[in-house]
Amino acid sequence: MTSTLPVSRRSFLRVTAIAGGGMLIASYVQPIADLAALTGSLEDFTPNAFIKIGADGSVTITAKNPEIGQGVKTMLPMIIADELGVDWKAVKVEQGLFDPVAYGRQAAGGSTATPTNWDNHRRVGAAARQMLIAAAALTWGTPADECSAASGIVTHRPSGRKLTYGALAAKAATLAVPDLATVTLKDPKDFTIIGTPQKGVDTPSIVTGKPIFSIDVKVPGMLFAVFQKCPVFGGKVKSANLDVVTAQPGVKHAFVVEQVGTSLGGLLGGVAVVADSWWLAKQAREKLEVTWDEGPTASHSSVEYARKAAELAQGPAARSLRKDGDVDAALKGAAKTVEAAYFYPFLSHATLEPQNCTASFSNGKLELWAPTQTPANGRQLVAQALGIAETDITIHLVRGGGGFGRRLSNDYLVEAAWIAKTIGVPVKLLWTREDDMAHDFYRPAGFHFFKGGVDGEGKIIAWRHHFVTFGEGDRPGSSAGIQPTEFPSRFIPNFELGTSFLPLGVPTGALRAPGSNGLAFVFHSFIDELAHAAGKDPVQFRLDLLGDPRMVAEPDGRAGYDAARARGVLEDVAEKSGWGRRKVPKGSGLGVAFHFSHLGYFAEVVEVTVVDAAVKVNKVWVVGDIGSQVINPLNAEHQAQGGALDGLSEAMGQEITIENGRAVQTNFHEYPLLRHTQAPPVEVHFRVTNNPPTGLGEPALPPVIPALCNAIFAATGKRVRSLPLSKEGFRWA
Amino acid sequence: MAQCGACTVQLNGVATRACQTPVSSVGNAAITTIEGLSPDGSHPVQRAWMELDVPQCGYCQAGQIMAASALLAKKPRPSEADIDEAMNGNLCRCATYLRIREGIHRAVQLAATGGAR
Repeated sequence: MTSTLPVSRRSFLRVTAIAGGGMLIASYVQPIADLAALTGSLEDFTPNAFIKIGADGSVTITAKNPEIGQGVKTMLPMIIADELGVDWKAVKVEQGLFDPVAYGRQAAGGSTATPTNWDNHRRVGAAARQMLIAAAALTWGTPADECSAASGIVTHRPSGRKLTYGALAAKAATLAVPDLATVTLKDPKDFTIIGTPQKGVDTPSIVTGKPIFSIDVKVPGMLFAVFQKCPVFGGKVKSANLDVVTAQPGVKHAFVVEQVGTSLGGLLGGVAVVADSWWLAKQAREKLEVTWDEGPTASHSSVEYARKAAELAQGPAARSLRKDGDVDAALKGAAKTVEAAYFYPFLSHATLEPQNCTASFSNGKLELWAPTQTPANGRQLVAQALGIAETDITIHLVRGGGGFGRRLSNDYLVEAAWIAKTIGVPVKLLWTREDDMAHDFYRPAGFHFFKGGVDGEGKIIAWRHHFVTFGEGDRPGSSAGIQPTEFPSRFIPNFELGTSFLPLGVPTGALRAPGSNGLAFVFHSFIDELAHAAGKDPVQFRLDLLGDPRMVAEPDGRAGYDAARARGVLEDVAEKSGWGRRKVPKGSGLGVAFHFSHLGYFAEVVEVTVVDAAVKVNKVWVVGDIGSQVINPLNAEHQAQGGALDGLSEAMGQEITIENGRAVQTNFHEYPLLRHTQAPPVEVHFRVTNNPPTGLGEPALPPVIPALCNAIFAATGKRVRSLPLSKEGFRWA
Repeated sequence: MAQCGACTVQLNGVATRACQTPVSSVGNAAITTIEGLSPDGSHPVQRAWMELDVPQCGYCQAGQIMAASALLAKKPRPSEADIDEAMNGNLCRCATYLRIREGIHRAVQLAATGGAR
């Protein structure tokens, strides 16, 4: 996602004294001398610090990653603070600037913040603690190992002498920095912050309406822009009535922007309208008339994709991704076989805060304020499109009103930057909801064709899977691919996986739990079909499929799938939900599924009551295994609940359909989100296992969709093979 | 479009979608926004929201809080059905609905035990 290195134990620490006696601890991915060479001299080099300790004892910790509601602005500084040895309530958290040289990888995506920063953030905090202890030991003339630190105070244990971090910071700033690789980390049993429930650091600002979102950014003298693109993806402007638009009240500029390059992820062709206020820009755009060259995608439609997919399914897959055993022979010898075609639609991310970016360009330098999830990619994209150096671009990471993967793409950054450079005045570009739904990087639709067989004992012995997806040549579209190691691959002796491609045209991208959000639905629905064909209990059938608690990996050790962890969450969720031990009334049912994604194992049970196709979800049970440590249990529960409810939302009503090369749905009346009355209770448990801690923004989502559909089957006998449920005749009760 | 409710403010105490309300239609009605709900975040709904850490991304929460506080001003002890009716137009993309409902119940308690307003 970014080309920058993560801060690692091989990173370099730098400590700097600050005026009035404090210290800054910064960490760099290159030796400091190399960086000084870049900026001229060491003195001119202003560090972007992870930790700032003032002479007054104040502690400021930088949150380096973009915050989009996943809670990293709280979670990452908690890790540093614990190892540093301060009280959480004494810590002030500041959002870091985009500065990958100082902070390493700065991105929100793939639930990666925990696994990639757990170790290095601990080391940065521990290094600072070690220096403060060294400073105290030096002051007292005692060995450092007679001193310990907690709550911002170093104590000399034999004598009981104490010095505060504030009093020690100036001296600590003069000491040699420790090697990050060898600093001593706390014993997890001594954690005082990690593992405790902590509220979001921005919650007070949110509930009092402080202007903390990207949409709230104000820059002196800024104008406001809207940008009209071709409703058909990749279409170009032939002509536009710019004179009419320019004559509208408050309009300062209206001009045509040409597409740069060929990627749908960069600057596309369109018309920019800039005015004194956003409303005037939007009003003026309503007078805009454009003649478009709609391009080749104008002939694309969801109906045509489905027709072609069904046609492709008649033949063999164009590409074989995996072939284990002999599927044909196994199917012939199977006691029961099941054949099924599954479908899930395009989805929009629909962040509640539409895409927006504020840009200021002067003297060859560009400054951007944006809720981007991938500032490194954004800076590169903007630099290439504008023909300026990446070093001339500053990006302020501003809290995003949701992300869900939409802001992995930086199209709105490059639009704002282009407009600002063209007009030479700071500008805020803000999309309407309709712009947002019309120009997303959609979760790709998928068509899956299965044939499976179980033997006389009810075990799956054959599995043939033809996945018709989007791609070109040998490359699937963004988030449209599948790994040959995806479960249940390697757990079935006779197994075939192949893909065929539909033409690209609709821009696709990662939506929360990309790949998994569709694959979990089709796999665990079809596994459920096989369980019922075999006459087995759905939980027991899955345990039998997982087999012995062992690690299943490729011969080179890659792509490990831990059957023990999968069994663990599955057994726990069965226990918590009372699976098999509770009688549910007629018209009600329980469904189960599990999925491994983003390094986390999750199993979920959904209980529904269905009356005349009106679905009431009574409850959802979630059990997750994200390793040895849940860093912030409060936010962890929130993320798991939100992920499960997001999945229900997707399953019931969401679909982007394509007609004439454009998205049909425009706003929430056609693309419904879950509402208050539809949200069931979600009970969340974490199973602690001896594995490195991993992330939580995504892996709770995928299993809820098949668990819901399997519950509907248990309640009604109707098997859902196509989403959304609303198109299958269901609705929320 | 009045589709999401994030812009909810109060006109004379009634939850109203700002995006659908021209200034010309407001007349002399008192407008209360999230900034005006309390001078210091001490409204029981705000306190309950902080206590339960309701927000995730937080973008919809100003609207949720204005809808919830309008409900409580009218019905200090709302039923579940009252909450359903008052809140169902306010979408939360992060799906913080469980805590919003809990927050309303907590705000009722805070207001009853001597909270501000």
